[in-house]
Amino acid sequence: MTRARPRRNGRADGHKEWILRLYVAGHSARATAALANLEKLCEEHLAGEYEIEVVDLLKQPQLARGDQIVAVPTLVRRLPPPVKRIIGDLSDADRVLVGLDLRPKARRARQRS
Amino acid sequence: MARASRTTPRPRARGAAPHALPKVTTGISGFDDVTGGGLPRGRPTLIAGGPGCGKTLFGLEFVMNGAVRFGEPGVFVTFEERPQDLALNVRSLGYDLDRLIETRRIAIEYIRVERAEIEETGEYDLEAMFIRLDDAIRSVKAKRVVLDTVESLFGGLSDAGVLRAELRRLFGWLKERGMTTIITGERGDTTITRQGLEEYVSDCVIVLDHRVIDQISTRRLRVVKYRGSSHGTNEYPFLIDRDGIAVLPVTSLQLEHKASAERVSSGLEWLDQMLDGRGFYRGSSVLLSGAAGTGKTSLGAHFLSAGCDRGERALCFVFEESPSQFVRNMRAIGINLERPIRQGLLRIHAARPTLYGLEAHLATMHREVDDFKPSVVAVDPVSSFMGGSAGEIQSTLIRLIDYLKTQNITSLFSHLFSNSADGSDAQSGVSSLMDTWIVLRNTPGSANARRLVIVKARGMSHTAEEQRFSITDTGVTADSSMAATLSAPRRRAARAGR
Repeated sequence: MTRARPRRNGRADGHKEWILRLYVAGHSARATAALANLEKLCEEHLAGEYEIEVVDLLKQPQLARGDQIVAVPTLVRRLPPPVKRIIGDLSDADRVLVGLDLRPKARRARQRS
Repeated sequence: MARASRTTPRPRARGAAPHALPKVTTGISGFDDVTGGGLPRGRPTLIAGGPGCGKTLFGLEFVMNGAVRFGEPGVFVTFEERPQDLALNVRSLGYDLDRLIETRRIAIEYIRVERAEIEETGEYDLEAMFIRLDDAIRSVKAKRVVLDTVESLFGGLSDAGVLRAELRRLFGWLKERGMTTIITGERGDTTITRQGLEEYVSDCVIVLDHRVIDQISTRRLRVVKYRGSSHGTNEYPFLIDRDGIAVLPVTSLQLEHKASAERVSSGLEWLDQMLDGRGFYRGSSVLLSGAAGTGKTSLGAHFLSAGCDRGERALCFVFEESPSQFVRNMRAIGINLERPIRQGLLRIHAARPTLYGLEAHLATMHREVDDFKPSVVAVDPVSSFMGGSAGEIQSTLIRLIDYLKTQNITSLFSHLFSNSADGSDAQSGVSSLMDTWIVLRNTPGSANARRLVIVKARGMSHTAEEQRFSITDTGVTADSSMAATLSAPRRRAARAGR
């Protein structure tokens, strides 16, 4: 997780509809799992439409403030608006999809609360 | 949860704590006195209380004072109030937060967790919060940290188990870094804080309380726990005013003040003569009781005026009239108080007794005394406070009297008898606290003739006889029979004392 470089997938012009940023703290097993879960999910649902940026807060602590990051891992959907936050290792794909608004809320969101 | 991957830098733990817990001065008026020096250095302190009890203000003062007065920069982590609101709050206390942030003496970290905006899936921890705090601490080289109110996290995140574990880790982490930390918490119904944070803070726990009794607001501070340090178990009244928090220390049970052998004049030569020929002991307390119109206020004015004539500062608390009314009335009997006011020797503080509770009054008086540093004080009348229970009045008066004694301030309290007969419970409760007790009476059938008797005067051989006196346009004067009641040695002593 040392890289903070964006992963590019899909369209040649590099302009993505989905900009996702994953905040982690160092190379933890949880961070690795979160990224793997996220990539898998994006490939299934957003192939070619997304960009994932990984931010290691140990290297760039000041970035935590702007996105109000408290927990790690935290996934922030920067685009499309509105900004969404999903915390945890993203192991529950259904919930991640709900959190990213990729599934109709009515069906699954009630589980929480 | 795996902890092996934890990579946040952790500085070495400090060496074994010395036997006596080192303390950090908060600079909060009175608080450092009641805790014997402030908060435990390098450790977390929990401050719990309900909404509006002053927790945030306490934390702000702690950090601001650290940065401005004690050379200890600080980080204020706010989970509830926005930084711009905090800046407004501290501006009213006379601190320029923006400037302190610019000059890197204070860092404000605003941590906002909005449950509605967050989806949770799978395991997480709060390492990002540690990283932010670490960054803020480094940016100002902080020694002080305030977390206000960390319990808000429980409203934003659903996994209480993770939060508890992480908060426990956070408090330990702050301790390892040697941060003197204040953690604020909301008062719980059955526990000190709603989330039981007191379980994780073993060194110092303080509860702030705000009660309204008989429409009078009373604030109290209680030191619930203070490891390795002696502290009073009493509740301390405190006040929030334009200067922030002021805690009224209870020094009552110490009785450590040095008794002075020096004497100060009552302001009336004939009264001094009755008191061993030399007046009151400096630093003693005097109760002047009597029915309405017996001359208590006038005698008090003489006492204050005499202090100012010696070039000392005099402070007067009046609860039944305005300062200008008081000055005018005294001018009518030939006592000029305008001059010492102009010279800055006399200060008159007027307040309606019903405006605040008894303790708030005493806290105000405490602050005035601290500010003006008088050597004589008069309170006219102390009976204005009789709304409270006798025990409450007594305990708060003890605090005030003892505080004045430790400062070697001579104090005179007037006390209105509810009727001309003396000896009610409240009176005996108050009089027992005083070193000298003087009772004034009207003479039946004579409009201007009054009588004065010294009921007690600790440490001196006072005159036991009653003295008749009048209030004239040149002040309170003894009736002529006075000289006859004095023995020869007392007259000599009186002359020598002058």
